[in-house]
Amino acid sequence: MEVAVRCRGLRKTYDQKVEAVRGLDLTIYAGECFGLLGPNGAGKTTTIEILEGLLAPTSGEVEVLGCTWQKNERELREQMGISLQETRLSERLSVRETMQLFGSFYRHPSTVDSVLEDMALTEKADAWVGKLSGGQKQRLAVATALVANPKILFLDEPTTGLDPQSRRQLWEIIRKFQERQGTVLLTTHYMDEAERLCDRLAIIDHGQIIAEGTPAELIARLTGHHVVEFAISGGANGADDQVWRRLPGVQGVRADDGLYCLQVNEPHETIPALLLEVQKQGAQLAHLNTRQASLEDVFVQLTGRHLREE
Amino acid sequence: MATEQAPLGRAQQPQITNGRWTGYLRLLQARMKELQREPEVIFWVFVFPLLLALGLGIAFRDKPPAVTAVAIVQNSDAQKLAGLLQQSPAHNSIHAEVLDEHTAFDKFRLGAYDLVVSMDEQGAVHYRYDPARPESVLARTQVDDALQAASGRKDPVPEVATAASEPGARYIDFLIPGLIGMNLMNSGMWGIGFATVDMRQRKLLKRFVATPMRRSDFLLALASSRLVLMLVEVALLLGFGLLVFHLRVEGSLLAIVLIGALGAVSFGGIGLLTASRAQKIESASGLINLVMMPMWIFSGVFFSYERFPQMVQPAIRALPLTALNDALRAIILQGASLPSQLGRIAVLAVWGGLSFFLALRWFRWS
Repeated sequence: MEVAVRCRGLRKTYDQKVEAVRGLDLTIYAGECFGLLGPNGAGKTTTIEILEGLLAPTSGEVEVLGCTWQKNERELREQMGISLQETRLSERLSVRETMQLFGSFYRHPSTVDSVLEDMALTEKADAWVGKLSGGQKQRLAVATALVANPKILFLDEPTTGLDPQSRRQLWEIIRKFQERQGTVLLTTHYMDEAERLCDRLAIIDHGQIIAEGTPAELIARLTGHHVVEFAISGGANGADDQVWRRLPGVQGVRADDGLYCLQVNEPHETIPALLLEVQKQGAQLAHLNTRQASLEDVFVQLTGRHLREE
Repeated sequence: MATEQAPLGRAQQPQITNGRWTGYLRLLQARMKELQREPEVIFWVFVFPLLLALGLGIAFRDKPPAVTAVAIVQNSDAQKLAGLLQQSPAHNSIHAEVLDEHTAFDKFRLGAYDLVVSMDEQGAVHYRYDPARPESVLARTQVDDALQAASGRKDPVPEVATAASEPGARYIDFLIPGLIGMNLMNSGMWGIGFATVDMRQRKLLKRFVATPMRRSDFLLALASSRLVLMLVEVALLLGFGLLVFHLRVEGSLLAIVLIGALGAVSFGGIGLLTASRAQKIESASGLINLVMMPMWIFSGVFFSYERFPQMVQPAIRALPLTALNDALRAIILQGASLPSQLGRIAVLAVWGGLSFFLALRWFRWS
C-alpha cells in the first residue's frame, strides 16, 4: 500500500522542559482515514502540527507523500488541506470571499461553489462569517481546507463543540472525500467519532502511542467484548469488587463513581448470576445496562482514566 | 514529488488554474473589503483628522486687527485728549473712553484697558502702562505716536505701510501638512501593526502559512492596502484644506503623493516591526502607542519643534515623522521640489527599510 504520511521517533520538547511528544512512530496509508485519539493535552495537536509542517520537531523524521518539509514545502502545501483548531476567520468577509481567498493560494483549487455545496453552505455564501453559527463556522473551516482540492486532509478536532447533526454532516463530508481516494488524518477526543469514521487509529496519552490498530482490533484486545453496568442501593455491608469478579464470565471489574462496570464475554451467563448475588446481599438493583465494549473502554483499560477527564 | 501519477483524492471537476498573482490580488481585495466594512476604521482614518483640522482651524483662525483699549482719566483736559486721538490717523485702531481715575486704574489692573492716559495742568501727557504686558507697551507707543501726530508733529521720513497677512503663513496652513503626516503615521502603525497582531491572535496567520500562500505576497498586500488608503487620506485632508480654509498648494501634487507614499510605507514597516512578535492585542497596543508618543510631541504636528532646546533638535530631525512633516510642509507651503528634500527622504527611507528588514527577520507567523 502506498504510504501517505510516515514519521519516526518524533519528539517535541517545549522550552527544554515540557515534553509534548515523546517518541512517536506513525504510518498512514493513502486513502485511509486515520485518527489520533486521546484526551486534551495528550500531544495530538503538537503531533498533527509537526506532520503539517507548522512546527519543527525537536527530533525525528517526517515524510509526507514521499517528500520532506525542509525540501519540498511549497509542493507539499499545494497538496494538502488543513483545518487548525480554533482559527478565527475574518468576521467581515463573506463565506464566498473567504473561500475565494483560500482558493487563490493554490495552483489548482476546487471551485468555490462545488465545495460550498458539498459543505451545505451554499445558502450562506453571501453571509458574513461573523453571522454564522458555531457549526457553520466549523464547516467553513473544513471548507477552506477542501477548496485546496487536496490529496491529504488534516483536521484537528473538526467536530469539537458541534451539535450532533453538524457532526454527522461533517462525517458525511469526510467519507465523501475518502471515496475520492483522499487520505484523512484527524484528531478527536470523541470515541464514537473515531469508531465510526476511522479505518485505523492510534491512541495517544502523554505524548506516546499506547495502542494502534483498527477500531475492531483495539476493542478485541479488551478482555471481554461486552460491558454490564449496574448500580445497587441498600445492602448490609458494601460488597467489594471481589464479589463481582467471581461471577461467571467476568473478565474485569471497574467501580466508577457508584457504578460497577463488568467486562464480560457472555452477558447471558453473567446477568442471572449477578441478579442472584444482589438479592443475596439484600440490596436493590438501581441501574442495569449492557452494551458493546467501545474505544472508551479500551482507553480506560489502558490508562485507568476517562478520555474526557482533565 | 518522487512519482508522477494520476492525482489521488482530487475531485473530477472543472480545473481552475491560478496565476502567480491571484493570491496577492485576493489578499489585497480581502484587506480592502475588511477595512471598508469596519466603521471604526472609517472614523479614525477619515473623519477624525477632518474634525481635528476643522476644530483647530476655527480655534486658531486669524483674528481681525487688534484694537487698543485706552482709558482717559476724567479731568478738565480729558475731552481735549479724546479729541486729539479722534483726529489722529490711527483713530480706527484706538478705542478710548473717559473714566474717573479710580475706575480707570481698576479696569487697567484687570486688563480691560491696555493703557491709562491723563494730561496735567502743564499740558504734559502721563502714561500708565505695564511693561510686562506686550499689548500695554504697544499701546503706549501707539497712543503717544497718535497724540504727537495729531498735535502737529512733522515726520522727517515719509512712510508707506502695506498690511500683509496671506495664505501660507496662517496656523491652519502649518497644521494641514502636519495632520497629513500624523494621519499617515497613525494609520500605518495601527493599520499594519494592529492588523497583524489581530490575525496572529486569531491564528489566521498560522492558517495562512498552512497554505502555499507566498509570505511575501501577504506583506505586499498589506503594504499595497496602505498605499491605496494613503491616497484617500491625503486627498481628503488636502481637499478639505483647499475648500474650507483656502489653503494654497504651492508644490506639485505628484511630489506630495510620492512623499506620502514613502511615509505610508515607512510607517507600515515600523508598524510591522512593532507588531512582529506580539501575541496579544493588548501588548501590541501599548507598544504602538509607546513608539508613536515621542513623535506626537516632538515632530511638529501641532506646533513648531523649533521651540524645543537647540540641543535636542538633531534628534528631533532624525525622527521619521519630523522628516515627513517637514518635507510635506516644504512641498505644500513653499513649493519645494523633491530633490531638495533628499535628506528627509533619506531619513524616511532608512527608518522604513531598516524596520522592514528587521520585521521580516523577527516576524512570528504563529
